[in-house]
Amino acid sequence: MAALLSVQGVTKRYGGLIAVNNVSFDVAASEILSVIGPNGAGKSTLFKLISSFTQVTSGKVLLEGDRISNLTPHVVARKGVVRTFQEATIFRAMTVRDNIIVSHHLRSQASLLGFFLGSAKARADEAAFGDSADDIIEFLGLQGIANEVASNLPQGHLRALGMAIGLATGPKVLLLDEPFAGMNHDETMHMVNLVRRLRDDRGVTVLLVEHDMAAVMKISDRIVVINFGQKIAEGTPSAIQSNDQVIEAYLGSEDDVIGM
Amino acid sequence: MNIRSLLAVIVFIIVVLVAVPVLIAKSGRWDFYYTLTSVALLSIASAGVWFTFYIGRINIGQGAYALAGGYVSAVLVMKADMNFWLTLPLAGIFCAVLSVFIGMPILRLRGVYFAMVTLILTEVMRLAALALPVTNGAKGITSIPLPGAVSIGGVTLLPDFNTLENPKLAFYLVSATLMIICYGVLWRIVNSRLGHLCRSLQQNEELAASIGVNISWLRVLAYSISSFFGGIAGAMFIAVSQSIYPSSFQVADSVNFMLNCFLGGLGYVFGPMLGTLVLYFGWDLLFSTGKYQLLIYSSMIILLILLLPNGILSLGLFNRKIKADKHRDQEGQ
Ligand SMILES: Nc1ncnc2c1ncn2[C@@H]1O[C@H](COP(=O)(O)OP(=O)(O)O)[C@@H](O)[C@H]1O
Ligand SMILES: [Mg+2]
Repeated sequence: MAALLSVQGVTKRYGGLIAVNNVSFDVAASEILSVIGPNGAGKSTLFKLISSFTQVTSGKVLLEGDRISNLTPHVVARKGVVRTFQEATIFRAMTVRDNIIVSHHLRSQASLLGFFLGSAKARADEAAFGDSADDIIEFLGLQGIANEVASNLPQGHLRALGMAIGLATGPKVLLLDEPFAGMNHDETMHMVNLVRRLRDDRGVTVLLVEHDMAAVMKISDRIVVINFGQKIAEGTPSAIQSNDQVIEAYLGSEDDVIGM
Repeated sequence: MNIRSLLAVIVFIIVVLVAVPVLIAKSGRWDFYYTLTSVALLSIASAGVWFTFYIGRINIGQGAYALAGGYVSAVLVMKADMNFWLTLPLAGIFCAVLSVFIGMPILRLRGVYFAMVTLILTEVMRLAALALPVTNGAKGITSIPLPGAVSIGGVTLLPDFNTLENPKLAFYLVSATLMIICYGVLWRIVNSRLGHLCRSLQQNEELAASIGVNISWLRVLAYSISSFFGGIAGAMFIAVSQSIYPSSFQVADSVNFMLNCFLGGLGYVFGPMLGTLVLYFGWDLLFSTGKYQLLIYSSMIILLILLLPNGILSLGLFNRKIKADKHRDQEGQ
């Protein structure tokens, strides 16, 4: 198992607080790996570190052997690691389709000047982005709302759009922060299928943070558990479910109960 | 562009470049040339401010670049004996480069913090103009010669303004043409990928970064385009008035540029042009009210902004066309 993404002894301090404490794990190509843990465990912070939205205090993150920690978000995105946000994050005043089209930015062949002048390359780009956007819209089942302004959408659609935006960048690794939050059971299972197909059909490696344990157990190849910033377990869903330390960590917290 | 908007643009150009001069000649109100020339040039500076709004930044510092552009042109014409028409783009480029250095640190700020810093910038530029030796301090630079001729390969593109019977008309025509070009460029920017990226920046900087947009670079690029507009507007203005002082563009002007954008409508490329026209004429029309001029003027602006928070162009009259445009944009992509 050659690691595509490798998190190596990553630590993040906020003043006196250690939000992420010496966490290491590897993600293989085409794997779906979930990071779970109680609220405040440091999961979102871990995602911010991997995507360079914030800088590590120590340790490093490697993509195919190249360091991607302590760069800037757009550089990491260019290298193929793209995050979605915990709160549904979209371009509010754009239509669904425009949200997706603009997110093809990294795939531009033409320069901004080329787009300004309407060069042949730019027109080819525009046509390609349009086709790809329609493809993603269909993949995520957003056809009915493609021309809706994003701010009018309900939660479930916002989450799907957030994923569409991530997908449009053409990522190698997609980091999904609580992609099923605010969804009912059916919507969640639908999304679980989509995430699977993201991997199966499009070869995207998925790293996700999620609270919905049923979904996590169903979707993950492997799971990493963190508590108070530290990794306390790593393994297959069934191994994690019977791990004493994990059960203890979760019994200690009020709002999360592990199980199917 | 569809046929209808193309037609609208052609009609607009004919009105500005042909109908207005004919009407002025008929009515004998030659003073209107100066007024309309000012409107055209101030609306170019306002267009720049509008473009900083477009990346989500309130810019109350355009006066600084107008002043800097004016001085660059004046100094080059007076001290280096350069043709004004060459100094015009140089003034724009100077301001664009200057704004890169100023923009890099301050564009990290958002909202009221950015606005405050830009406001101070105008005052800093005025003080710099007072202090620097090259600007001749408070006495300013006066008796700047009229623009010379421009010819390429023996073909005269622009005549020497000293030889003209009516330089006022000539200034109006070049200023209006410059305005039309600037707004054409702005329109094209907004409707090209650069505009789309700017909208992404305006609506969500974090998300823009995560889809791979180099947001600090894009912010600086947008700000330097904006400042370029400020610089050429200032330079052209100084050529018309043939003199420049540290007080030629001040905080009040910076505020007005911003108000022009608010009033015309931040959602519309041509908003600042309309805003400038309305505000400039509004101010002039109130001249007869004497000491109450500022009071009435300010109250009316407050009222207008309260009643039309999205600007004059958001009125139903204009909206039908705008909506049609939006719809077409979607289909076109
Ligand atoms: N920018 C920040 N500044 C200070 N503390 C932070 C910051 N971001 C997160 N934290 C703290 O780090 C810890 C982990 O937060 P987070 O990663 O959001 O947890 P999770 O996503 O697992 O719920 C929390 O105690 C949180 O308060
Ligand atoms: Mg979180």
